[in-house]
Amino acid sequence: MTGFLQNTFNGLVSGAFYALLALGLAVIFGMLRVVNFAHGAFYMLGAFGAYVLLAEAGVSFWWALLLMPIGLALFGMLLERAVVHRLGRLDPLYNFLFTFGLTLILQDVVKSRYGVQSSPYATPAELSGSVDLGLFDFPTYRVFILVFAVAVCALVWWLLSHTRVGVVVRAATERPELTRAFGIDVGRWVTPVFGFGVGLAGLAGVLAAPMRAVNPLMGADLIIVVFAVVVIGGLGSIFGSVAAGFGIGLVQSWGEAYAPPIVAQTLVFIVMAAVLLLRPAGLFGREESAA
Amino acid sequence: MTERSRVVTPEVAAGAGASASASAERSAERPAERPARPPSVLGAVAGAPTWFRYALLAVGLGVALWLPNGLYPTVAVDIACWALFAVSVDLLLGFTGLLSFGHAAFWGTSAYVTGLVAIHAGAPFPVAVLGGALAAAALAAPIGYLAVRRTGIYFAMVTLAFAQMVYYVANEWRSVTRGENGLQGVPRELAGLDLTDEYYFYYAALPIVLAGLFAAWRIVNSPFGRVLVGIRDNPARARALGYPVHRYKLTVFVLSGFIAGLGGGLFAVGHRFVALDVLHWTTSGKAVIMVVLGGIGTLWGGLLGAAVLVRLEDWLSFSGFDTIGLVTGGIFVLVVLLFRRGIWGSVAALAQRLAAGRRRDS
Repeated sequence: MTGFLQNTFNGLVSGAFYALLALGLAVIFGMLRVVNFAHGAFYMLGAFGAYVLLAEAGVSFWWALLLMPIGLALFGMLLERAVVHRLGRLDPLYNFLFTFGLTLILQDVVKSRYGVQSSPYATPAELSGSVDLGLFDFPTYRVFILVFAVAVCALVWWLLSHTRVGVVVRAATERPELTRAFGIDVGRWVTPVFGFGVGLAGLAGVLAAPMRAVNPLMGADLIIVVFAVVVIGGLGSIFGSVAAGFGIGLVQSWGEAYAPPIVAQTLVFIVMAAVLLLRPAGLFGREESAA
Repeated sequence: MTERSRVVTPEVAAGAGASASASAERSAERPAERPARPPSVLGAVAGAPTWFRYALLAVGLGVALWLPNGLYPTVAVDIACWALFAVSVDLLLGFTGLLSFGHAAFWGTSAYVTGLVAIHAGAPFPVAVLGGALAAAALAAPIGYLAVRRTGIYFAMVTLAFAQMVYYVANEWRSVTRGENGLQGVPRELAGLDLTDEYYFYYAALPIVLAGLFAAWRIVNSPFGRVLVGIRDNPARARALGYPVHRYKLTVFVLSGFIAGLGGGLFAVGHRFVALDVLHWTTSGKAVIMVVLGGIGTLWGGLLGAAVLVRLEDWLSFSGFDTIGLVTGGIFVLVVLLFRRGIWGSVAALAQRLAAGRRRDS
């Protein structure tokens, strides 16, 4: 029983990363109809940025957690203005292709500077050790990730449901033409929303730095799983993406504990196949979002 | 339409899925705000006079026959294999409007199956390659069946995810694939001929490559291919005319998987070695880069893109450049931003404009 609870907890922690990444993808997709292939690369940049800031400038984890998402969000906004926006008039596939090319470039830039080996990143002192959760001890840092990620998701939910910006974003996501017809300037929010999504990826990256191997390729394999997650949840649904993120984290963790590795690694794709068979638009997606 | 009817036969299911997602696709293809389709470069050559097309074909064949004399034979073999791969991706992207970002699954599966057949059964290499391509087509059927339920960007993500699944399976299934070590010593058996020299192997492999390319050309220029283009340009209309859109897409997906498999099998025999890389998403991406670079929807573009990219990568690694992705990624981004017609499409457009200008003058 204790083992099961521990696996569940671990599943929620890795699900937190999926959820944060899927959330960023979904927000960007909702507003721009763009699937950002470089989302994994931005996650990697977040982690690498935290590492470089600590190793070369002595900037602590906490400052990195603040600075990297902001920096990447600004970079994302610049990118949206300079390129993504221009390609927006064409088939959305062109932006997918562009961000794929960008991924190759970003990966190789980091690789040429720091090599492919993983760099260690120490857990911040305040979060080292473990906490007693009653039945078992759990690393403090993982508890922190879970709480932090849930808080971020809740904050985004609050922003979307209780603020003016949120109403515009939701309206633009669900009925873009109608929103414009009401005289709401949707275009104004496109750039900040893109930057916000990229910032979320950077945030997930900084959070991952002390827990996962920091290397130039860390984002690439992860983003493909996140793609499967958003197909499962329904990319048009922000709630669905987050829920599917946590759900897949759980399923994978249980699979790793109780199934042979070949099953555990492919479980997420099997779930995706089942969803495509039974509910092609995704568990929480509406048929209309099947772009 | 009941849930049960969906799983009875692929045909029923495809039909049912079609009606279920009809509204979805209609809204997805909605061209209200932006022209949903890139400017079509299809027909760039189709408008040219017949003698020109035959001349082009003759030049193409001439280059194919000359290739290992002008380049390192190893590079020539690679170009031939990748050309098949790129053309198989173009068949979907350029002529059906489906971006498969997971074609490494078929290329790589065929490479492994070809290697295993050649090693364990000692079969002549064309037989092994055929076996590999059939295995790739067999894998393309279930993946395609699931993937064609989504369109556009979702199709790309779904194919990418399934390819990654195949990659993980190959990585874990070490007793067969030898995991990280790869399959070594794939033989090049053919009627007792000595094909150890790459130069001779190129000519032994060329008929298979040409057959694959001819198959792609036949598909595009058949009534079936016309329907595919119709589906690409207006799926709702194709469906309204009574074409089972899902079934057409699935068929071309399987055919494309087979052609990619021919390339992957030859690649395995050509390198006498199969590594996990053949299934990696970067391999899928490379084929997409070749198609976009050469020109989407032109077939010739795939060949050109393969030749340019293989040659470039060879040259870069030869000059000790270790960040190849920076260069290929950079070129790719430039092509996507500035030359969306690709090399072939740009040249064809230019030629057309010149021809039109001359007509106006006279």
